[in-house]
Amino acid sequence: MLRAYTIAFLIFLYAPILLLPVFAFNDGTVIAFPLDGFTTKWFEELWTNAELHAALVNSLLVACASSVLAVLLGIAAARANIRYKFPGKTAAMGLIMLPLVLPEIIVAVSLLVVAIRILGLDLSLWTVVAAHVLICTPFAVAILNASFQSLDASLEEAAIDLGFTRGETFRLITLPLIMPGIVAALLISFTISLDEFIIAFFLTGSDPTLPVYIWSLLRFPRLIPVVMALGTILMVVSISILILAEWNRRRGLRRAGVADKGGFL
Amino acid sequence: MTEPLIRLKGIHKYYGDYHALRGIDLDIRAGEFFSLLGPSGCGKTTLLRTIAGFEDVSKGTVVIGGQDMTALPPNKRPTNMVFQSYAIFPHLTVAQNVGFGLRKAKGTSEEKAKRVAEALQMVGLAGYGDRAAHALSGGQRQRVALARALVLRPKVLLLDEPLSALDKKMREQMQVELIRLQRQVGITFILVTHDQEEALVMSDRIAVMFEGDVAQIAEAETLYRRPVSRRVAEFIGTMNFLPATVGGDEVVVAGLGRMPVSSLQNTATTEGESVAGFRPETATLLFPGQEATDRIAEGTVTEVVYYGDMTYYDVRLTGAADPVRISMRNVFGRPVLEIGAQARLSWSPGAVTLFR
Amino acid sequence: MDQETRRGATLIAPPLLYALALLAVPLGAVLVFSFWTQDYLTVDRTPTLANYVKAATDPIYRTILGRSLVISGAVTVLTVLLAFPVAYYVSFHVRPDRKSLWLFLITIPFWTSYLLRIFLWKVMLGYNGVINSALTGLGIIDEPLTFILYNANAVVLTLSHAFAPFAILPIFVALEKIDRSLLEASRDLGETGVTTFFRVTLPLALPGVIAAILIVFIPTVGDYVTPAQVGGSEGTMIANLIQAHFGGLNDAPMGATLSIVAMASVTVIALALVWATRKLGGAR
Repeated sequence: MLRAYTIAFLIFLYAPILLLPVFAFNDGTVIAFPLDGFTTKWFEELWTNAELHAALVNSLLVACASSVLAVLLGIAAARANIRYKFPGKTAAMGLIMLPLVLPEIIVAVSLLVVAIRILGLDLSLWTVVAAHVLICTPFAVAILNASFQSLDASLEEAAIDLGFTRGETFRLITLPLIMPGIVAALLISFTISLDEFIIAFFLTGSDPTLPVYIWSLLRFPRLIPVVMALGTILMVVSISILILAEWNRRRGLRRAGVADKGGFL
Repeated sequence: MTEPLIRLKGIHKYYGDYHALRGIDLDIRAGEFFSLLGPSGCGKTTLLRTIAGFEDVSKGTVVIGGQDMTALPPNKRPTNMVFQSYAIFPHLTVAQNVGFGLRKAKGTSEEKAKRVAEALQMVGLAGYGDRAAHALSGGQRQRVALARALVLRPKVLLLDEPLSALDKKMREQMQVELIRLQRQVGITFILVTHDQEEALVMSDRIAVMFEGDVAQIAEAETLYRRPVSRRVAEFIGTMNFLPATVGGDEVVVAGLGRMPVSSLQNTATTEGESVAGFRPETATLLFPGQEATDRIAEGTVTEVVYYGDMTYYDVRLTGAADPVRISMRNVFGRPVLEIGAQARLSWSPGAVTLFR
Repeated sequence: MDQETRRGATLIAPPLLYALALLAVPLGAVLVFSFWTQDYLTVDRTPTLANYVKAATDPIYRTILGRSLVISGAVTVLTVLLAFPVAYYVSFHVRPDRKSLWLFLITIPFWTSYLLRIFLWKVMLGYNGVINSALTGLGIIDEPLTFILYNANAVVLTLSHAFAPFAILPIFVALEKIDRSLLEASRDLGETGVTTFFRVTLPLALPGVIAAILIVFIPTVGDYVTPAQVGGSEGTMIANLIQAHFGGLNDAPMGATLSIVAMASVTVIALALVWATRKLGGAR
């Protein structure tokens, strides 16, 4: 019975996204049943839509910059958190992790107030990056905390004992061993940034990110099938990234010689 | 007398308010197998890590090979360490692990490969070089850790509870191998252990530590036979303790009777209440018909624990409140005494220590 | 300052300074802003509680804030109730080497564009949507249902769907940590399967359930997209109101006030929940 329920729940989870390809290949502009026949013209339209290309490039740039910066900050925070004791650590980590439990609209509003009303900045992709780094860092820290936690501190001491400096030890021992965590943190941060809407909606200037562009399309029903086609592609890309992440995690486990106890994230 | 290889002078270590090391003075000679023995939390690992350079001292100096190394980081010291967890790099092969420290050494890659092979040979892992490190058993990891440290030919090898993760059989086998290895390479070994038997079996000298302080430094036999305090005696092996009263030149020990103080071993006796102790194997239960070789004490058997080759008897001596334990080797044809039996104990004053 | 402290402090400095500059300072700015007022095109910087008074007394603000909390509460209860059996099934009835596959299956839909998932619910629930087409096609109803879109129900359903994985994962983790021999011990001591579940499994899974509740409740209160897409006028929530004040209404100070009020309400409710469970669970 529990099994039947779980499968029913999975169907509930998948129901909406299964509609994506259905309407992406549907030859009609109204997103409703009955269907009107098969077409690939929405995908062709995607191919020629310059605004969409620009939005996609913007989003990729933002996601790349945000994920790299968030992971760099995440490495520093997670290492300090796991390896060192210093006064005020709990408070410092609390502030760094705070965006995890803050409604995104609050982050968006507060940064908007500072950027426009106080600093008088022009909104641009960089303001979006700045905000995305803030919300991605806690995820990176959470993942890297686990990496540093499972890294035996005596491995680093052994390398220092064998004549290497702290810097060399980090490069030769620490970095290779936490690499799966770094890759996972990069992928998660990248995905979060790529999909984030409300902050980008508040902080973007004249260059929309992809979600902001999609939002504008949702108001023009004629373009919605194009959005469906785009969504289908995004779904395939996301699932590919996920499979890559899962594969990377399993490889990390195998390397460390640990049995797979399950638990993505 | 030559200069010691390692000289620790007045080492203090504080963690906040906690006084982990309380003024340690210690000399360790070149080529010695030296053990730091003590219960957990006594500071023995902290002291080892101080020698390695992983812990900076709050006060005091660390001199190695005549050079003050107190302020040097671990990578600049002529010491190498075998970690409790072995710290085998999981992403490298066995040979890469052993050759890790050689990356910085001079010499061609052929010479280095040869040294790695020699080191693996020395620990009995010849031919294991290409194995992945995470596929090794506990004993093999231990050997890789040894080879990795020894390949650099350090002046001192530091071993932090190296055998604690192994099962009993493996542990006993590695004890013998470590002794053999130490004699073969002639390097000073400093071993940290909480296992008194391990320390007795392996070491030339042992420092017993309690609460951040060294209680006694001695060879294994001295430590066992002439412990300086009741605490050391209790920590190493088993000892029976009986209340004693010193008056002038004489002492009265409950259950054993009156005797001259000078006939016992003693550690700075004072007048009045005191404690006398003897090891279970230094006294003998006399079986019917057996003649005493020394002094006799009378008592009743209160407990019998049969071990096969040995039997442990608890005997309440007449005039003593708590029973003493006597260990007897079982001899074919001789019956084991039963609980409640009357017992005659043959003992010798020379084996009794009077503690402060 | 000893070496350890200095190294730790040096490492934490960059992420900490970043969070201070881009989170603590901006939140402080919002707080300051909330005490100012909008005077047509300029901001009047005289500190006043006027906005807070307005937020507390104006029926529109009160209704929408109250509704946001009620909707989020409903979403939280629904999501956690739906999620628990799933987490329980994966933890207790799935072979260990298959568990990560199941979790993988559960998390995949969550990685599809959030906007599109919400939009697709509109497609599911709409007048000519999947559900109505299916029901009329099967002859169960004659006229399409209208109570399933553009109201609070639609918001609750859609948000429950969106946050399902967030509820399943912490509960699953808590269930995984339960030492299975405790359950055997309970059975051995004479409890039935059902009483074991209520006396052993559920109390031990409680931290996971609390985490799930917080993880769902906190962000849903501030959700913007779902009410905007499927909520209609009856489903408007606080985030839409905040956005409107920063956008079309051009009353940023009032928007700031509403942000502070929303954040304060969420914090108070979350802390009360944590406090209540501590109290209930004793000094654990």
